[in-house]
Amino acid sequence: MKRTLSILVENSAGVLSQVTRLFSRKNWNIDSLAVGETQDPSVSRITVMVEGSDQRIRQVQAQLGKLLPVISVCELDESLSIHREFMLVKVRAEDKDSRDEIISIVNVFRASIVDICRTSLMIAITGDEAKNGAMLALLKDFGILEMARTGMIALERGSATIYDATKDRSEFDYAKSVVSAEDKDA
Amino acid sequence: MKKSGAAIAVACLIEQGVDTVFGYPGVSVLKIYDELYKNRRSIRHILTSHEQGAAHAADGYARATRRTGVCIATSGPGATNLVTGIAAAFMDSSPVVFITCNVPESQLGRDAFQEVDITGIAMPITKCCYLVRSAGEIADTMREAFALASSGRPGPVLIDIMGNAVVETAEYEPSAGHAVTARRAARLLAPVRTDEEGVAAVAKALAEAERPLIMAGGGVIRSGASEALLALAEKTDTPVCTTMMGLGAISSAHELCLGMAGVYGDARARRAVDECDLLLAVGVRFSDRVTGPVETFAPKAKLVHIDIDRSEIDKNVLTDLHIVGDAGSVLSSLAGKVKKLSHAAWRDSLAQTKERVPGAPAEYVRAVRRAVGSDAVVVTDVGQHQLWTCRYFGFERPGELITSGGFGAMGFGLGAAIGARTGDPSRTVVHITGDGSFRMNLTELSTEVKYGLPVVTVVFNNGSLGMVRQNQRQFMHSHFWQTKLDRGPDLMLLASAYGLEGRRVTDAEELYEAVKELAGKGGIIDCRVGEDEEITAG
Ligand SMILES: Cc1ncc(C[n+]2csc(CCOP(=O)(O)OP(=O)(O)O)c2C)c(N)n1
Repeated sequence: MKRTLSILVENSAGVLSQVTRLFSRKNWNIDSLAVGETQDPSVSRITVMVEGSDQRIRQVQAQLGKLLPVISVCELDESLSIHREFMLVKVRAEDKDSRDEIISIVNVFRASIVDICRTSLMIAITGDEAKNGAMLALLKDFGILEMARTGMIALERGSATIYDATKDRSEFDYAKSVVSAEDKDA
Repeated sequence: MKKSGAAIAVACLIEQGVDTVFGYPGVSVLKIYDELYKNRRSIRHILTSHEQGAAHAADGYARATRRTGVCIATSGPGATNLVTGIAAAFMDSSPVVFITCNVPESQLGRDAFQEVDITGIAMPITKCCYLVRSAGEIADTMREAFALASSGRPGPVLIDIMGNAVVETAEYEPSAGHAVTARRAARLLAPVRTDEEGVAAVAKALAEAERPLIMAGGGVIRSGASEALLALAEKTDTPVCTTMMGLGAISSAHELCLGMAGVYGDARARRAVDECDLLLAVGVRFSDRVTGPVETFAPKAKLVHIDIDRSEIDKNVLTDLHIVGDAGSVLSSLAGKVKKLSHAAWRDSLAQTKERVPGAPAEYVRAVRRAVGSDAVVVTDVGQHQLWTCRYFGFERPGELITSGGFGAMGFGLGAAIGARTGDPSRTVVHITGDGSFRMNLTELSTEVKYGLPVVTVVFNNGSLGMVRQNQRQFMHSHFWQTKLDRGPDLMLLASAYGLEGRRVTDAEELYEAVKELAGKGGIIDCRVGEDEEITAG
């Protein structure tokens, strides 16, 4: 099953590579990845989709927790959160029939045509995996010339936020070491 | 007051109570070396022959003293020479702060002379890597690095300082020792809760078990939890086995101690793991050398795992119960929660297990033990000699053994022995090595002699890469290939070349005499071992 993890990280150099390299050295495959700044410019949010059992996901969360710049990690349950991805798709459309058909597909999916020329159309669509996947399956018949996608982003429904899930820092036990160092000086 | 980045770095070392560093200079770190020169009365610098030796020495120092080791190297090749040492410290959770300098920011990314992306290289083998771009960041970074290296599950941290940052000046405020940015303070300084419910559940499982077994790992030693371990084991009459990293967590002379578990472990410990109905694993990470195939590991047992690192829980084996926390405090609260128990029948049945009759190498290891007692620090390299030492030395106290358990880095021994002796000059340091491992880093003999750090090096000289040869016999139809070490140097000539005494011995009695004689002054003992001797599970 595909699972979604949302990760808050300090927005500093090298953080993204720390996160992605953790995935590759643990042999976990990333299905989708999206990164961007949050309302606080010093913090970024990474959304990762991975395949895995409960055990695997707990392990991923715990390992991410060990990276110092990671502020919090939480799993977003498919049914309790909103998932969206934005895609640009360039499809072959060399005759009127195909153009008409594509336009009607686009309308059904509430996508939009953002560029047009004699032989092709560019479509922009925002949706979750099911919606985007369904449209891609239909467009395939016309011939997809190229496409780009942002990667899935997601937020939990309701007023709960990722800030409630600030990770347990016990593995660093940092407070203890600060206290003992102060004791030493006293 | 304003100081150069280099001066701030060295001031921070002094702030942290560092009085010894291991390292090797180069042009990129020159400015830091100049500050070390100015502060030579506060900080002793041990110049090794190779950065790898310095890295292992800082690691050995950390393991022997339970303080944080410090190792300094220059950019490029200096930094890459540290890599094996960083990885060895990482795999065995040893707190070491590595400091390297890089090219100036203006040159970064241009493949400048001796430029290397060391933070990129070291990322997977450190708790954290810092690339410091300006002098103003140095103090906070150093303070945080020291706190990180030694806290929670300890481990190495690397600080790579750009060339411009050591030269520039910045404001420096002396501090009691730690700095956390405001953002990090909230999450790093949050108090760690003890899981009282978890403790109660584990206490209940212990009370219900008929054949309980404790497995103590390196975490028990790191945490200084030996007394708490003993209290719990004695109160619940529970036998204890250890992993390689846990040797010495309980005295091998104690009647509850079953020895080392795992693929090359003692028979009693292995049988106990197979038969126990509750395995309480403390400060272990269930490495493949301990579990063998996980499907058949402790097949009858309820598995309980206590570890300070949450990511170790359910990583390699699925557990039934776990507690995330410091070994010492969890074991003490457990001991407080359990009633006195007795498991005489279980203990008696384990006591009946027959250990395989050991061969000549065991006699050698025991001869060393007789010669130095239980007060010495024993450092090993990697191979058969390491496993013979683990099995037959009879460790009695935490810190008695220093070995590259997780990474298995040949060449670890001599550097680590030098580090251990530097940190704890009151103890005899014995370095048990193989002819293969010794040759990897024997260049550190000059460091040993130069700084008057006597190490008794006992070379189990079997003229081969014994451990690999043994595998070739077992799994490669005895195609002995590239494992014969039929070449120099003559170890006696080598000893005298470095100004050390050498002894050649052919039996345990001679070895005993030689170790006794060289214990105070150091030297090399060439101990002849048959090439067909093997290490087998008990
Ligand atoms: C740096 C490194 N290279 C290779 C190995 C693989 N290896 C493991 S044990 C061993 C043989 C060690 O030979 P020696 O030091 O003579 O010890 P012995 O097994 O003979 O006691 C080798 C090559 C290793 N562990 N580390």
